[in-house]
Amino acid sequence: MVHDLYQETILDHSKRPRNCHPMLDATRQAEGYNPLCGDKLKLYLKMEGNLVKDVSFVGSGCAISTASASLMSESLKGKTREEALKLLDKFHELLTTDTEVSKDLGKLVVFCGVREYPARVKCATLAWHTLKSALINVDEVATTE
Amino acid sequence: MSTLTKETVAGFDVEALREDFPVLKQTVHGKPLVYLDSAATAQKPSVVVEAIRRFHEVDCANIHRGVHELSQRSTAAYEETRTKVRRFLHAKSTDELIFVRGTTEGVNLVSSSWGRKFVNRGDEIIISAMEHHSNIVPWQMLCEEKGATLRVIPMNDRGELLIDEYEKLLNARTRMVAVTHVSNVLGTINPVQQIVDMAHNAGALALIDGAQAAPHMKIDVQALDADFYALSGHKVFGPTGIGILYGKSKLLNAMPPYQGGGDMIKVVTFAKTIYNDLPYKFEAGTPNIAGGIGLGAALDYVNRIGLEEIGAYEQQLLEYGTDALSAIPGLRIIGTAREKAAVLSFVMEGIHPHDIGTVLDKQGIAVRTGHHCAQPVMDFYNVPATTRASFAFYNTFGEIDALVAGLKKVKEVFA
Repeated sequence: MVHDLYQETILDHSKRPRNCHPMLDATRQAEGYNPLCGDKLKLYLKMEGNLVKDVSFVGSGCAISTASASLMSESLKGKTREEALKLLDKFHELLTTDTEVSKDLGKLVVFCGVREYPARVKCATLAWHTLKSALINVDEVATTE
Repeated sequence: MSTLTKETVAGFDVEALREDFPVLKQTVHGKPLVYLDSAATAQKPSVVVEAIRRFHEVDCANIHRGVHELSQRSTAAYEETRTKVRRFLHAKSTDELIFVRGTTEGVNLVSSSWGRKFVNRGDEIIISAMEHHSNIVPWQMLCEEKGATLRVIPMNDRGELLIDEYEKLLNARTRMVAVTHVSNVLGTINPVQQIVDMAHNAGALALIDGAQAAPHMKIDVQALDADFYALSGHKVFGPTGIGILYGKSKLLNAMPPYQGGGDMIKVVTFAKTIYNDLPYKFEAGTPNIAGGIGLGAALDYVNRIGLEEIGAYEQQLLEYGTDALSAIPGLRIIGTAREKAAVLSFVMEGIHPHDIGTVLDKQGIAVRTGHHCAQPVMDFYNVPATTRASFAFYNTFGEIDALVAGLKKVKEVFA
């Protein structure tokens, strides 16, 4: 039933998102927007050289997009830029293909149910699209379209 | 709950009508389908499906060209729809009815063709705060191209246009007032008669977007005195890709063609082309013949039931649905106009519409979630999106009970 999609961890993170606040000393930030549902997200990164030291976000969105941003923020801390981008690819693979779930994803595997809901994939990827533009530092709003 | 309502719908045999819609007899995720998304597209009765099948299996040929039997049959069937539309809208003549892809193309035809010729720098176009993007963007494009100004009639919190403010916007520079008959998000039925009269008094034209009105109420373009009236076939139980633009012949005759091509011409030489008469001047290329024939069958079907009967039944659904949803704690209905069609948009405290839509879908209930192609309406109510349940005459009181039960489930999941 719906619990395949809305697993406990997702509901927990959507109701009590972690790292959900602005960051005054961020070294990079980016905005994401999903024009289909009006979800908006602002992502903050504190980089030390190649290392993601801290991550936070603010925004409004559905349970899937909020939980995705929250869990992403937890999983990025301490990763290098390259590791973060690799994780992004694996996360995208998790949502859009039938391949075996990668062990590197850790807690993020709770999103595997999303692949059964094609209309909701963009909710789960908004934070990650935004991460990509923060990391490659393009100066425009990332959109899911 | 639904036993009480059986009496109130005496005379309207919804169960018998549902038999005409095979699509409704299915289960989705193991639950009986509850289709509450008719404002997006209405389901098609068997007679429409059959008319389209028959065209393809028996009469298929291009129209207005061949001397052979099939071409004459298909031409007759296609043109017969124009006659049916004339009766449906109570237009004076079939010359005033142009086949288009839908309401969107109807508005674009007017903004492109009429606008190109008659709108100049400093002119003003008036739309309203509750328009669908299709009745905003074409006018914005025109204003940008011509150096004209777009003005917007504001609305109150119920979702009713402020007629006093509209009065103030009208002036000698106003060329066109383009307003929706019924709001696709709020359900508001606008006082279009008054809006058209006021536009005319100011010397402006009036275009009415009838996409959401046509399935629910009788339309009389002559009584309304609208200069243009656009509608979509698929919202009125016909197929997608076919719609109608009504325009007064005097205006249509003065307008340049919208697109060039076959069928819209009388004589073509490399030096000059003489355009065809109305309505063909605006119908370049082979049209959606099957769609036109399907639309004719849909209008016949609607007429057999009767728009007054449909409207009366839907008002009961709306009343029942409004009471039932209002009783859910934390739910707020968006759009509470005193004159409303059977549309219920709402938000629920702390729960995003997309999550509501997914949980309802798992229970077989189809609703629309998002901004409904009306982002300015979302901004007005300061919500990113809404959930919308929209009704047609084939919906039942039991389905509203199912929606209420579904929303209780939504609250359980996200409690």
